[in-house]
Amino acid sequence: MGEMDLGMVNWARAQFTLTAMYHWLFVPITLGLSFLCAFYETIYVRTGKEEWKRLTKFWMTLFGINFSIGIATGIILEFEFGTNWSNYSWMVGDIFGAPLAIEGIFAFFIEATFFAVMFFGWERTSKSFHLFSTWMVAIGSNLSALWILIANGWMQYPVGMAFNPDNARFEMQNIWEVVLSPVAVSKFTHTTSSSFIVGSLFVIAISSYYLLKGHHVEMAKKSIIVATVFGLLSSLFTAFTGDESAYVNAYSQPMKLAAYEGLYKGSKGAGIVALGVLNSGKKIGDGQDPFAFQISIPKGLSLFAKRELNGFVPGIEDLVYGNKAEGIMPVAEKMAKGKAAIADLAAYKAAGKAGDEQAKAVALQRFKANQEHLGFGYLGKPEEVVPPVASTYYSFHFMVYVGTFLILMLALFLRATFTNKLAESRWLLRFGVASFFLAYLASELGWVVAEVGRQPWAIQNMLPVKMAATGIAAGHVQATFLMFFVLFAVLLLAEIKIMLKQIKIGPEGA
Amino acid sequence: MIGKLDIVTLQQLWWILCSVVGALFLFLTFVQGGQTLLWQVAKNDREKSLIINSLGRKWELTFTTLVLFGGALFAAFPKFYATSFGGAYWVWMLILFTFIVQAVSYEYRKKPNNLLGAEVYELFLFINGSVGILLIGAAVGTFFTGSNFTLNAFNQVTWTNPLRGLEAAFSLFNLSFGLFLVFNARVLGAMYLVNNIDFNGVPEFEARVRKSCLTSFLLALPFLLYVVVSLLLIDGFAVDKTGMVGMVAHKYLNNLLAMPVVLGLLLVGLFLVILGVTRTSLAKATTGIWFGGLGTVLVGLAVFFTAGFNGTPFYPSKVDLQSSLTIYNASSSHYTLTAMTYVALAIPGVLAYVAYVWRQMDSRKIDSQDLADKKAY
Ligand code: HDD
Ligand code: HEM
Ligand code: HEM
Repeated sequence: MGEMDLGMVNWARAQFTLTAMYHWLFVPITLGLSFLCAFYETIYVRTGKEEWKRLTKFWMTLFGINFSIGIATGIILEFEFGTNWSNYSWMVGDIFGAPLAIEGIFAFFIEATFFAVMFFGWERTSKSFHLFSTWMVAIGSNLSALWILIANGWMQYPVGMAFNPDNARFEMQNIWEVVLSPVAVSKFTHTTSSSFIVGSLFVIAISSYYLLKGHHVEMAKKSIIVATVFGLLSSLFTAFTGDESAYVNAYSQPMKLAAYEGLYKGSKGAGIVALGVLNSGKKIGDGQDPFAFQISIPKGLSLFAKRELNGFVPGIEDLVYGNKAEGIMPVAEKMAKGKAAIADLAAYKAAGKAGDEQAKAVALQRFKANQEHLGFGYLGKPEEVVPPVASTYYSFHFMVYVGTFLILMLALFLRATFTNKLAESRWLLRFGVASFFLAYLASELGWVVAEVGRQPWAIQNMLPVKMAATGIAAGHVQATFLMFFVLFAVLLLAEIKIMLKQIKIGPEGA
Repeated sequence: MIGKLDIVTLQQLWWILCSVVGALFLFLTFVQGGQTLLWQVAKNDREKSLIINSLGRKWELTFTTLVLFGGALFAAFPKFYATSFGGAYWVWMLILFTFIVQAVSYEYRKKPNNLLGAEVYELFLFINGSVGILLIGAAVGTFFTGSNFTLNAFNQVTWTNPLRGLEAAFSLFNLSFGLFLVFNARVLGAMYLVNNIDFNGVPEFEARVRKSCLTSFLLALPFLLYVVVSLLLIDGFAVDKTGMVGMVAHKYLNNLLAMPVVLGLLLVGLFLVILGVTRTSLAKATTGIWFGGLGTVLVGLAVFFTAGFNGTPFYPSKVDLQSSLTIYNASSSHYTLTAMTYVALAIPGVLAYVAYVWRQMDSRKIDSQDLADKKAY
């Protein structure tokens, strides 16, 4: 296969990162706030009290502002797989295209259709149909998360497929394996539950601000009760599904796990770093201590990753250089096998062209022996399989600290609410405002763990990112990168200004 | 049971399904058409708001249909998705830009403190309706005029024109096709507005909208004629039994004659559009959109079927005929097409609830009362 222009690959990555992180500014709020709107409206319909209706409409106004820019940033991602990653799209389109199309059929139409009712249907449809529509928007949003995360989960842990040497692509063998893959399940549950936290904190932050200012006090208190309960349950579930994600990582992407734990040398009964600063001079294999400073919990990592105190957790060095005792093959050996597979594939193609059936069969035989290491054949040196350790490590730890902190803070909110002391607990309210930004950051950084941690692979062990790109000069991608950057910055600024204005106006404007 | 179908049947079925989604999208471009009419037919703020609020209840459907069109092509014809989006990079990127700016404009146009001001958001809507649709037309036009790409043994695309797809817009045929779509969208937009807005008390506004339907149609006509006549005259790309692609004289005329159903779709479709125009602009009917809409769907189907069936590569390469994509060499595997066909069984259900909600929401026309609502755009 042709060599890729690395400048282009890096710009394509930058562009994907930019657009995905942008999309992700709006998606978690959509996922969480849509359910909160549904809860609020349900209370309104049950009690018939106008103040709940007013409150519902207020949060829906903010929802709408966020939703439309979420859609604007989503369409680009849908087509970016083709524009920037066309080799990828061809090689795995047979598997990867399906969830994207299913998402369109099952999720986006639900959102698009019922969103119009939720917004404009108050006077045009019955109370119960309107409520139904609000619920459908919430369910539809979360269904769109489901299908895209199945697609993403498959990239992290490619299952249910086989390589077809005749057209040099991967083909789907079993859609259920793709849909029900443990990575997809943990991704979906962790991503949606963490987004419920972000949505809840969006409500809590704005309501706390109102309470601090003494504006719209009744509405703020009502909003907070529901958001706190939802947020607390979600944060407990997020910790649980985060733990599950790490457990799944341990067998699907052990290198990612080792990177975000800063674990270079694997061991049985490995400790987990509770607090640590990385040694920035550390290079793989140089024998230095990876940490400049650390406090760790003995056997914690083995428990976390393997669910047993003395389970073996491989470190980065075991994974690169191999570990005979634990049956880990060195990357150098995988690369040799991968290169052989690539050569045999070319021989297979050449024999096919020449019409030499016998040579074709022999080449295929040899290809099959090594094909599981095909992706390694494109690597330049074994150390390439190590992702950037520092960004994954710090992102992961920040996320976990925030997750733990939020459980605590939401519990305090709950207590203050039920003892009716919330309005006086000014420091707690200030935390309420700030915590939204912490959760936001944790949510973005979670993706850094997931996506930077799987480098250099676009598809784990199958296709390195550099082989996935489109053959296009870097200049084109730079130009569109800049266009996106400027356009999105302007739109984000507009969104924030509009949002702040609506918050200032308060429920009277809704 | 679907798994028993042979691959060729599934490939054809999926070309039909993608064509249906594409044709429905063309119908739904009444939203884009309406956006370009905004400055022409609305003379004051109230009239503008009526138009925006009427279109604002539908724009997401059009948008989502476009997204589904992309998704369906990816799932069913991944080689097309990879080749066209990666190759004709700039056409698609610019199309996407016009849809990105559309998506925020309805919601943000009237909101206080919106940074850019209402006029800029209206300009965004205009760009989406004009440039966006024109480029989509140019991109579809390349189904007949061909593109500049080669594929290697591993199906990696190399684009041989430095404009990366924008060159499509400089062919007279593609340009005409694009302009036809732009004006057709305006025809549909006018029909939709006539159907959807309560013009009580604003008769001149109604007259302007109805008149714009006719003028847009008259403007569309020369481009339509140019496209149809060229299509009947030009040499077309053809693939023979052995899979070799070559040029054949009057290929698309032959296709229409060989597939009388498709010819029928085209003629009935054009007739229905004309009927819709006369009902909207010469009579006082409000139902023109249903004729114009159905007509557009039928014409759209005829276009896609002519491009893909009867031994025709739907995404031909001018520079290397043998790289051309047919629905048979660009498709997903038998397994994936089967699985996706099961999924597609849900489409009638989706259409049913979309239609149900549409009826619920449109049982009363858009009027001043809607503009008074705080949620109004
Ligand atoms: C408010 C946001 C938030 C919070 C508080 C947490 N997470 Fe998280 N995490 C995410 C938001 C998130 C995310 C954005 O949703 C990610 C990115 C990709 C994904 O699957 O979910 C993620 C990814 C992610 C991954 C990588 C998954 C993969 O690569 O497949 C792990 C191992 C964890 N998380 C673990 C945790 C743990 C143990 C937490 C302790 C409480 C935690 N997360 C809190
Ligand atoms: C919306 C949430 C997401 C965020 C914030 C996000 C974040 C990131 C980041 C930070 C990178 C850069 C990694 C690097 O280059 O070092 C990246 C790359 C990438 N991600 Fe994601 N990601 C998200 C969701 C997804 C999903 C759902 C998919 C696939 C279905 C996906 C596919 C990719 C691809 C193809 C790349 C480019 C190739 C690469 O550099 O690995 N991402 N993403
Ligand atoms: C990188 C892969 C992604 C692609 C290709 C993608 C694509 C899209 C598209 C096209 C839309 C607009 C849909 C419409 O027409 O209404 C959209 C919106 C949305 N997407 Fe994504 N998306 C990606 C990542 C994600 C992730 C990771 C999630 C959630 C976990 C997500 C959840 C949503 C939701 C909830 C919406 C609704 C609109 C909003 O949030 O404001 N997307 N996405």
